[in-house]
Formats: sequence, C-alpha cells, structure tokens
Amino acid sequence: KIAGAAHNAAFSVKEKTAPYYHAITHNNFYEFGTDKRDPARYAKSFKTDPWQVEISGAVAKPGVYNLEDILAPHALEDRIYRLRCVEAWSMVIPWLGFPLADLIKRFEPTSKAKFVQFQTILDKEQMSEQRSSFGTIDWPYVEGLRIDEAMNPLTLMAVGMYGNALPPQNGAPLRLVVPWKYGFKSIKSIVRIHFSETMPETSWNITAPDEYGFYANVNPAVDHPRWSQATERRLPATLLSPNIIDTLPFNGYADQVAHLYKGMDLNRLF
Amino acid sequence: MFAASRKRLARWWILFLSLLLPLLWLVKDLLTNNLGADPAQYLVSQLGYWALICLWISLAVTPLRRLFGWGWLIQHRRMFGLYAFFYASLHLLAFATFLAGWRLDILLREVTERPYVIVGVLAFILLLSLAVTSTKKMQRRLGRRWQQLHYLIYPASILIIIHFIWQIRSDYAEQLFFSILLALMLGYRLYIKRRS
Repeated sequence: KIAGAAHNAAFSVKEKTAPYYHAITHNNFYEFGTDKRDPARYAKSFKTDPWQVEISGAVAKPGVYNLEDILAPHALEDRIYRLRCVEAWSMVIPWLGFPLADLIKRFEPTSKAKFVQFQTILDKEQMSEQRSSFGTIDWPYVEGLRIDEAMNPLTLMAVGMYGNALPPQNGAPLRLVVPWKYGFKSIKSIVRIHFSETMPETSWNITAPDEYGFYANVNPAVDHPRWSQATERRLPATLLSPNIIDTLPFNGYADQVAHLYKGMDLNRLF
Repeated sequence: MFAASRKRLARWWILFLSLLLPLLWLVKDLLTNNLGADPAQYLVSQLGYWALICLWISLAVTPLRRLFGWGWLIQHRRMFGLYAFFYASLHLLAFATFLAGWRLDILLREVTERPYVIVGVLAFILLLSLAVTSTKKMQRRLGRRWQQLHYLIYPASILIIIHFIWQIRSDYAEQLFFSILLALMLGYRLYIKRRS
C-alpha cells in the first residue's frame, strides 16, 4: 500500500477503471510468457529488491543508482490513464507515479540528448521466455522516446497502481507509462535509461518493422497489417457486451501531444 | 461378434466424451466467471485451438493405422472430423458474436481485408462441405467422387496451419510443433502413394 499520493484530476480521464483483479491478470509481459495469464502466474516470486537503474549517455550525471535514490525526491501522484494495447483492446488504469520529465532533469541531459532509450532487466533465470529457443525478440527488451516525448507532462514513471506498489506482472518496480502510444512502448521493470543523439532501436520494431514503428502513436487511421486499429474492445468485457468502442487519435490525448508531430506523415512514421 | 460391437461402442463413447471435455471445461470456466478480463478472445482462441487438434487427430488416423496396425481407429475417423467442424463452427460463431458483436461493418472489414481471417473462412467452407457430405447416405450417393471430395481435408489443413502461423506475435513454438506434425502426416501419405 502506498499512501499520500495526491490525485491529479487534470491528468485523469473520467472513465470507469478496470477492476484491479483484471488489471493484474491480463498482461502482456512476454518475458514471463506470451499468454495473457502467464505473467500473473510466473512473475509471482520475481525479485525487485535490491534494484538499480543505470543512467548513461548524454547526461551530466551518469551512474548506477539505487532505486531508492532514483525515487527519493519525487512526490507520487495518482493519474487515471487509458491504456490502448496494439492488439486492439484497452483498459483504464489508475497509476501512481511522477512525470518522467522531473526525473530526466535531475541527471542534466546535454544538448546531444535527442532520444531516450529504456531497457528491461535481462534475467534468464527468472524470466522463462528469455530462455525460449522459439522466440523472435532479442532480449533484453528495449524501448525509446524522442526527448520531447519523454519531457511531455503526460509521460509518467510509475511505481504503483490502484494505490499499491506495482505487482511484478505490471512492471515492478519501475515502469514507463506513455498513454498516447500503444502499450508496448510503456516498458516495464526498467534497469537502464540511456540518452543518445540518434534514434535508438526498439524491440518490436527490430522484430517486425513492417508492423511496429518507433513512434507507435495510437492511430485509428493506420491499421496493423494483420488487424484493424479503428476500434478497440474496452476490458473487462463480458461475452454479451463486447464493449467495442471507436479508437481515438493519440488515444484521446491529441490536445496534449498532437503538436509534437506537426508536419510529420504519421501514416509513414507509424 | 456381440462382444466386438460392445467394445466398439465403448470406444466410441470414450472418444466422444473425451473430445467433448474441452468444451465442457470452457463452459465450466464461463459459469464460474473464470475466462479472464477478455473472455471473448480467450474463448475464440481456445475453440480454434481444439478445432485444429481434432483435425490433426483425424489426419493421424491413416499413419497410425498403417504404422501401428490400429485398424479400429478408422471406425471413428468421421467423429474426429465432425468434432473439428463442430469446434470450428463454435470458433467462428464466437468470433462473430463476442469479438465482432455482429457488427456488419467489422465483420465485412475482417472477412475482406485480413489475410488470416480470409484463409480461416476458406478453411471453414472446405470443412463445411466435408461435414455435410459425411453421412453414409451421401457417401453412397457420391460413390467414387466422395473420396475425391474428401481429399479437400488436405488443403483445409494447410489453410488452417497458415491461419495459425499468421497469429504469431513473437514465439512460434506451438506453430512449429503443429506444422511439423502436419508435414509428417501429409508427407507419409505422399511416401505411401509413391511406393505403390
């Protein structure tokens, strides 16, 4: 239980949140298996303490920091965000976290810091899918943002949800939440944050470049090659009410983020 | 004679109930609210999975009969095939009802634009044509053409494995396993045909 986080209404949607039980049993965290139920099953004993995060690249204060030191100066807030998975389902989740921008400023990125890359822990012993011979993802999982995307006030570093610390299957102890992008951008269990001048590689883009781009902004006008992105199924759904709703550009956050992509052809840069 | 037919009947019931179990299991999960946050997706993929397994069992009859002398299997092959059709029908019905909500715009979009849906629907049409001609009466009426018609099980199985392969996100262990099985079962038939 995490107490004392103030609710940030200005950064919250007023939609019904998913029941906690569903948010912790319906996960894509392929390191623990590719079935939605696998992470809840196989991440139970995942060790998140001690935890260190390496800050590297174009910053004035690089180094390996203990998680407590990473988190210490930041006041947590409670924000309710939409989460839109690239597989065309969505949930509404109350996160506990702080703006990524506040974290980044502390390490004083230099003028060469044009992009930020994040990396998930590599731990073959604890993460069975990292041992699989039949997987196509080259572990560890990496994701990235352009620096202005990372500095946007919507971009959240989360340590909890529903008033509790993050369960392992949801990305404990530290994860990213970028609500206007498909869920796979919101990388879990982060151990490294690297600042660079060039666009970093991202795991799904390496695995299937024609299906997953670097930007991965939620966009109903650009279909995934194998399925439509025009609609989504808001979960939890029941069999008799599939809860199909129209997907919104930038997942409904266009007012806050559309300006970041002015002049870009988002059909090509998907 | 009487004992033999009783044994056959017992075998029929055992097989019939075993292949019904996956459905009963899903119904149990449905009634106990144990299908998860996305019951539609889970139900659709499970039904598709069991359709594939039943079809693979029906394709295994010939190799098993020849290699291990399990001649009795042939008496139940129609049941295996009809179970494959049964689960495929439920798979399609669950897709249209629970995933697409019978929204015609979504159904039309899926059936015309998505290659994996298109091959799935084609496979289902083939299975349908086999299911409606599966009765003894149709077998008699069609004579030699019946056998030729039922060779459609081979293209159907290939369409289904393509349908399955096109679902791969990153891990292809299951798809590889069923592809190898299919290659062995179809390859064995080619081998027999060439030898004779």
